[in-house]
Amino acid sequence: MTTKLPMLEDGAQAPPECEILETSTHTVEVVSDPGEGAQRCGQIFGTISAKMGNGVWTVEIIPAEVQPPPRDPAAASGNRVRLGSGPVTNWGDRTNLVLAFNEQVLLHRHRLGTLENDATILLENRWAEHDDEDIRAEWIAALAELGKADYRIIGVPMHEECERLVEDPTLGKNMFALGLLCEIYERDVELSRQQIAFAFRKKSQAITDRNYLLFDAGVEWARNHLDFRVRVPASVSDEPTVVMNGNQAIAMGAIASGMELAAMYPITPASSVSHHLGGVFERFGGIIHQAEDEIAAAGVALGASYSGKVAFTITSGPGLALKTEFLGLSVMTEIPLVLVDVQRGGPSTGLPTKVEQSDLLAALFGQPGDAPHVIIAPATIEECFHVMVTARRIAETFRTLVMVLSDANLATGVQPFRRPDIDAAWQAPAADQSPIPSNGRPYEWDPRTGLSRRFIPGQPGGMHTVTGLAHDERSKVAYTSEINQRGSAMRSRKLAVLQHSLMPPSVNGDESGDLLIVGWGSTKGAIEEAVERARGEGSSVSSIHLRFLSPLEPGLKEIFRRFKKVMTVEINYSDDRDMPFVTDENRRRGQLAWLLRAQTLCDVDCWTRVLGEPLRPGAIHDVIRANLPEGGTE
Amino acid sequence: MNTCSLLHIAGEDDREFSMSDYQGAQARWCSGCGDHSVLASMQRLLADENLPPEETVFVSGIGCSSRFPHYMTTYGFHGIHGRALPIATGVKLHRPDLNVFVVMGDGDCVSIGAGHWVHAIRYNVDMVALLLDNQIYGMTKKQTSPTTPQGYASNTQPFGSWLPPINPIVATLGITNASFVAQTAEWIPAHLYATLEAAHRHPGFAFVRVLQRCPHFTPDMFGDAPKNPDSVQLLVHEDGLNIEALETRYQDRVRHDPSDLDAARRFAQNEDKVRIGILYRNESLPRYEETRHVAAHTAADRVALLNEEFDRHAI
Repeated sequence: MTTKLPMLEDGAQAPPECEILETSTHTVEVVSDPGEGAQRCGQIFGTISAKMGNGVWTVEIIPAEVQPPPRDPAAASGNRVRLGSGPVTNWGDRTNLVLAFNEQVLLHRHRLGTLENDATILLENRWAEHDDEDIRAEWIAALAELGKADYRIIGVPMHEECERLVEDPTLGKNMFALGLLCEIYERDVELSRQQIAFAFRKKSQAITDRNYLLFDAGVEWARNHLDFRVRVPASVSDEPTVVMNGNQAIAMGAIASGMELAAMYPITPASSVSHHLGGVFERFGGIIHQAEDEIAAAGVALGASYSGKVAFTITSGPGLALKTEFLGLSVMTEIPLVLVDVQRGGPSTGLPTKVEQSDLLAALFGQPGDAPHVIIAPATIEECFHVMVTARRIAETFRTLVMVLSDANLATGVQPFRRPDIDAAWQAPAADQSPIPSNGRPYEWDPRTGLSRRFIPGQPGGMHTVTGLAHDERSKVAYTSEINQRGSAMRSRKLAVLQHSLMPPSVNGDESGDLLIVGWGSTKGAIEEAVERARGEGSSVSSIHLRFLSPLEPGLKEIFRRFKKVMTVEINYSDDRDMPFVTDENRRRGQLAWLLRAQTLCDVDCWTRVLGEPLRPGAIHDVIRANLPEGGTE
Repeated sequence: MNTCSLLHIAGEDDREFSMSDYQGAQARWCSGCGDHSVLASMQRLLADENLPPEETVFVSGIGCSSRFPHYMTTYGFHGIHGRALPIATGVKLHRPDLNVFVVMGDGDCVSIGAGHWVHAIRYNVDMVALLLDNQIYGMTKKQTSPTTPQGYASNTQPFGSWLPPINPIVATLGITNASFVAQTAEWIPAHLYATLEAAHRHPGFAFVRVLQRCPHFTPDMFGDAPKNPDSVQLLVHEDGLNIEALETRYQDRVRHDPSDLDAARRFAQNEDKVRIGILYRNESLPRYEETRHVAAHTAADRVALLNEEFDRHAI
C-alpha cells in the first residue's frame, strides 16, 4: 500500500507556545455518531458563547437515519456553531474548526464541502490502532482522502483520556470535547460549569460531577497539548438578552399572545414547538392536545377558536396538505385560526429534517375554492416570538385564518436576541359573552371593509349555525348568485384592508441601484451579509425582506421600479435559465418570484437552491456578482 | 341541567324554555325521513332539561342528517364531511361549560370520519354523539355506505354491496374508554326519547346509533321490524331503559345490565333481531376535558410566569 497519509499531528507533550488567532467570526462544528452527544456539546458551547457576549448562530447536524450503524458517514450528528464579535444572523459559509469523534463522520462533512480548505481538525485517534482490521483500513483510506485538502489534522486521544476517569467513555466523551473547545475559544470556566449543571439539571448530581470531571480533563488536555487558541472578541451589552431556537420562540410567543389551546399531530420539524409547550403550557392555563391525525388537529383548533379565544395548530408541509379542507372551512366561516407551518423539504415526505421554503404557494393557494387568508413569515428567531402575537391579533381582528411560515432553519437554529418586554395587552381578552342585540347578524359585514363582529357560543341572542356552505349575513345557507358574490367579496376585502395597514418594506442598502434581492423567511441574515459584502466591494445592490406574503406588503412595484434588475433568493426549486428545454415561458420560478411577477407585473428573476441546508452568504454573494449588469462592480 | 356556572352563581337565570324555543328553520328533509323524529325528540329533550339555547352547541358533518343544527335555535356548527367530532372536541375542551351534541350520518361517522370516531370514544369527552344510520348515502343519491347490508344494490355497487357491513355498536364497544353505547330506532319515539335523555345525562361520550330508514333509498331496511314488534327486542334493566309505555306492544324484552360489557358485546354481535336499548354505561371513566382541565390565569399572572420562563433563557 502506497497511500500517502497526511501528517497527523500528535498534540505536543508539554504546554506549547500558543499562537492566538484573533478574528471577528469563526465557525466550529462537533460531529459524532448519533447518541455520542455531539449535539449536546455544541448546544452548550453555543449557549456559553452567547452568554459571554458573542453573536451566535447554531445549526443542528442531523443524521439522515433513525438508528444508523456506528461510524457511518450518513450518521454524522452534531452541531455547527458560528461565533461572531457582533450579531450573527446566519450559519455562514464554511467551517474553520471541526471536532470529530471518528474519521467517517468527518469524511461526510468533508465530502459535503462544508469545511474550509485550511480548517483545523481535532480527530479522535483511537481508530488508527483499533483491534478491528477493517476499521484500521477505513481509517487509512479516510485520511488519504482528507489529505487532499489543506487541513491541519490533530489527533486527540479522547477515548483514552476519558477511560482514565470513567468506566464508559462513550457516555460523557462529549463533555471532554466541550472542555477542548472551551479552552481553545477561551471560554469562561465557571460559566461553562454552570451551563453543564443547567443542561443536566434533570439528572443526578453524580452525573453532573462526572461531567465536570471530564470537562476539566478536556480543558487540561487542550492546555497541555494545543499550540493555538481562537479569540473572537465579544461585545458584552447591557441589553437584556435571551437565547433559544425558533420553535421555542414560537411556543413562547403563542403563550405571550394569550392563546390557550394548541392542537397538533407529531411531525418533523414542527414537533418541538409542542415539546416546549407540553412542558410549560398548562402552567399558563393552556392545553396542548395531541390529536389522532393532522386533520383532527385542525378541527380541534377550529372548534376551540369557534367557542372562544383564538386557538392554533402546528404542522409541517405534509400536515398542511391534510389540513386543507379545515383551512377552507375557517376562511368560509370566518372563524379565526392560527396555523404554524414549520417548512421542510418536499414534495411529499421530502427531506423531513431539512430546511426548505417550498410551501409558500401551497399555503397561499392550497385550499380549493377562493380562500383568502393571511400569511406571515418570520425572518429571525426573535421574530418567531413576535409573529405569534401579531398572528393572533390579526386572526381575531379580521376573523381570518393566519398562517405563520417558519422553517427548519429557524426551528433548530439557536440565536441570542433582545429579551422581549412582555406586554399583558398582547394577550387575548376573555371571550365576549355579552348579549347580542335582537337584530344582530353573525356576518354583519361592514360593506367597505368586510369586517364583522363574531358571535361566540354563550352569548345570549347570538344563536346561529355557522356553515361551510355559501351563506348570507344571518349565516343562512344561500345559493343565490348575488349572495355568493357578496360573501366572496367580503372575505377578500378584509385582506385589502389589512394591506392598507402595513408599512412598505424597508430597503437594506441604497433606495435605488443595479440589483435588488428580494427574500422572505429565514434567509434574511445570509442575504444581508452577502449584500453587505458586495456593497463593500462597490456593487450597487440592495435587498428587501418580506414578512407579509398575503397580503403582500405595499409599495413593492414602486421599489422594484428603482432597480435595473430585481430577483428573489429562496430555498425552493427553480429551473436555471440555461437548462435544456427551459425557456422563459416554461421556466419554473422560485415561489416568491412567481407571486411577485403576478402581483406587480415586474420582470422578477430568481435564484434558488434546494440543497437541504440554509443558503450560504458566500453563494448568494456569487449570485449577486453574476447578476449585476456589466460594469456593475466598480 | 344548566351547566353555566356564571348564571348559577348569579342565580338570575329563571328562564323556562319550551320546545318552540329550540325550533330553527323549517326542516327540509324528505317526508317520512327518520331525521324529523330525532329532531322532534331532541327539541323536546332540551325543553325538558331546560338547557339555555345559547349554552348549547350542535355540531354536524355533511349529509342529510348534518343539516340538523340549522333546524335548531342553539349555536350550531355545520362543518365538513366526517369531521364533526374533532370540532366538537375542540369546543368542549375549550368550553366545558357548553352542552355539546354531535349529529352524524353513517358516511360521516363510520366511513370518512372513522378515525375520529375511534378516538372520540377513547377521549370520552362529555357530549352526545348521534349516528343517524340509514345505511346509505342519501344526499348524494344512493351510494353504498359502510353500514349498507351485504348484497344491497346502490348506484356505486349496482350488483349489491360487496362487503359485509360494519356493526357500529360492536366497533364502539371494542374501543378503550367506551362509556355509553346505545341503540334505538326512529320509528319508536318513546324509546328514542328515553335513549337521548339517558345519553344527555351521561357524564362522558354518549354514543347513540339511531336506526333509520331513508324513504327514498332504503325504505325496506330492517325487514318488517318497523311494523312488526316481534322482530324487535328491547334490552331492559333498572339501570338501563324500562319504558312502561312500550310493554304492551313489545313482548320480546330481555334483561341486560348495562355495566356488563361482555354481555353487551354478545347482544350487539347477534344480528338476528333489531335489538335496542342501552348496551353499556360506565360513569366512572375519566373524561378528557376534566383530565386536561387547567386553572384559569389572569393576564398579569401570565406575564409574571412568562418572565420566569425567559429567565431560564436569559444571558
